[in-house]
Amino acid sequence: MRRIELRSDEILCSGHAACPGCIDALSVRHVLAAMGPDTMAVIPPSCMAIIAGPQPYSSLKIPVYQPTLEASAAAASGLRRALNAQGRHDTQVVVLAGDGGTYDIGFQCLSSAAERNEDFIYFCLDNEGYMNTGAQKSSSTPHYASTGSTPAGKTSRKKNLTEIMAAHEVPYVATANVAFLPDLLAKVEKAKAMRGTRIITLLIPCLDGWGVDDDLGLAVARCAVECGAFPLYEVEDGRTWRLNHAARTRPVADYLAMQRRYRHLTPAQIDALQAEVDEQWARLCAKAAGATEARVADSVAT
Amino acid sequence: MNARDELTAAERDSARGPVLLTGNHALAWAAKLARPQVVPVYPVTPQTPVMEKLTEFQAAGEFDAEVITPESEHSVMAACVPASLAGSRVFTATASQGLLLMHELLHYAAGARAPIVMANINRTVASPWAFWPDATDSLAQRDTGWIQFYSESAQESLDTTIQAFRIAEAVLLPAMVSHDAFYVSHALEPVSIPAQALVDEFLPPYAPPHRLDTQKVESWGNVVTQEMFYRHRQEMEAAMARVPRLADEVDADWAARTGRAWGGALESYRCDGARTVIVTLGSLCGTVREAVDAMRSAGDAVGLLKVRLFRPLPVAALRARLAGVPEVIVLDRNHSPGAGGVLHQELKAALYGLADAPRLHGYLAGVGGVNVPPERIAAFVRQARASEPVPESVWVR
Repeated sequence: MRRIELRSDEILCSGHAACPGCIDALSVRHVLAAMGPDTMAVIPPSCMAIIAGPQPYSSLKIPVYQPTLEASAAAASGLRRALNAQGRHDTQVVVLAGDGGTYDIGFQCLSSAAERNEDFIYFCLDNEGYMNTGAQKSSSTPHYASTGSTPAGKTSRKKNLTEIMAAHEVPYVATANVAFLPDLLAKVEKAKAMRGTRIITLLIPCLDGWGVDDDLGLAVARCAVECGAFPLYEVEDGRTWRLNHAARTRPVADYLAMQRRYRHLTPAQIDALQAEVDEQWARLCAKAAGATEARVADSVAT
Repeated sequence: MNARDELTAAERDSARGPVLLTGNHALAWAAKLARPQVVPVYPVTPQTPVMEKLTEFQAAGEFDAEVITPESEHSVMAACVPASLAGSRVFTATASQGLLLMHELLHYAAGARAPIVMANINRTVASPWAFWPDATDSLAQRDTGWIQFYSESAQESLDTTIQAFRIAEAVLLPAMVSHDAFYVSHALEPVSIPAQALVDEFLPPYAPPHRLDTQKVESWGNVVTQEMFYRHRQEMEAAMARVPRLADEVDADWAARTGRAWGGALESYRCDGARTVIVTLGSLCGTVREAVDAMRSAGDAVGLLKVRLFRPLPVAALRARLAGVPEVIVLDRNHSPGAGGVLHQELKAALYGLADAPRLHGYLAGVGGVNVPPERIAAFVRQARASEPVPESVWVR
């Protein structure tokens, strides 16, 4: 087992307003520690905006700009360009947005910022629903999951944000998860060393919204990767696909059983979800393998 | 000689006199002279020539702002706010539907005390689709906390935009400068382009004491208490209250440097001893001036009171200038269904309780860009004198 050296310069301080056991706060603590103090955060309305604290308090030791819900990537663009105009090229701009503010209402401006290859790191803290308003469905909510606005279970599948953003051919798109901390930190460091639009989606099990026991957030996050429901992968320039956790060691049923949002599922629905994960996994493996083949072909050609 | 050569020559030697510019190109010149650092902008008829002229300046190496071209006006304004809060001077331009799409962010910008300056081209609001001069777009933003100027000509738009930066940055509120679609936006007029050195002296670099900066670690937008929100709105009101006087002072300073004064918050044109004063804004003022001249020549004492500053409405000055005038006509080239003309509503409220109040007539003239020639304005004056004022706005043409 490898020992991780964590940075001691905490940017998210204790005493913040997150729920006990919150994976959002834990994830952001590590992300911001890796980003360092010369960072500005754009945080739209979301759980993270609450965790950041009410005026005049702040749980973050960096400047925070809270835009409207749908405008994070546009606001980050404006902030970035203002810093550029002032010659502050080393200051990093990050977005810490939820899935509602990313997959849904903020998607238009995110796509536009990615098309312009604006220079910031966009962290989507994906808890698969509008958890800050009491757990309603977003387009990130998985198939069959029960939410406040889909009490009988969501009838459509989760939008594949990572592949959509990869199709924008931005320098870096990745998924991550604090239960796999070395992988998460490596991705933050990698993104930090790049320029242009970098997008990292973190799976954030929401204890209350998903119906998970207070001490099981990390276990659920780990299981999501182990069963393949939330694969860890990264895509560079829309072309180079890499799976970061290549083994599936548990059935999806294990993951579903840990969450009350799935307790109404029939055996047929569980099978259907397993089939969806299998299909997605196969597609991802093909892309990762294809990327390798393409690289080989390139080297042959040259 | 192509347009580019003419403009370059104009910049080299502004003392040689005015050049022909459209209202929109005059706005672009104003923006260039003000040296904004960030310019997010999105094309929309009839604003687009402002955007194209600025990007042309940039491509020619004459304008070094960070130009951002997002997917919508909503994202334009979303980018403007934090750019301004980071301590940069910010300019943008829009019109009609674009302004309406920004609506949420207009409130946000004012609340953030971000002194963004935006040009708006007054154009009808859909539906149905149309592209004619009509100020409903910007007048409908009257509650957003933006300072609002209305301009009558290309030269005034250029001068007012530069003045607007100074006023906005002094009170930390955003400012909008509007002129009418096509009549002003696309018509060529002689315009004097001030020298860069003159503008630099008039408008020093923007350096706010509070800003988003990793060296200072201040934030904006966090949740506040009721008490803090209440105080914040009081502070915005106090900032607004400074604007009418500042508009007069800044205009006087500009006049001292350029020889051009626009009247500050309000311009009185031939109002001395007037039996009837016509109150309006935007390009209609030009038409009213002609009508006033004709009526004065015929021995009829009619004047124009031009509302240059609409937000904050210069209420004290309006009351002072209209007290004792027998007849006042408000001309509205805009329409608020169920309420009539916006300026008419505003004037009724502004003059409420005035001891020597005029008879106030509100006429919806030119709504949707319908032509209002000077002779019709003379007819409106006769109509007003022959009828009792009513609280409602009256459709005329």
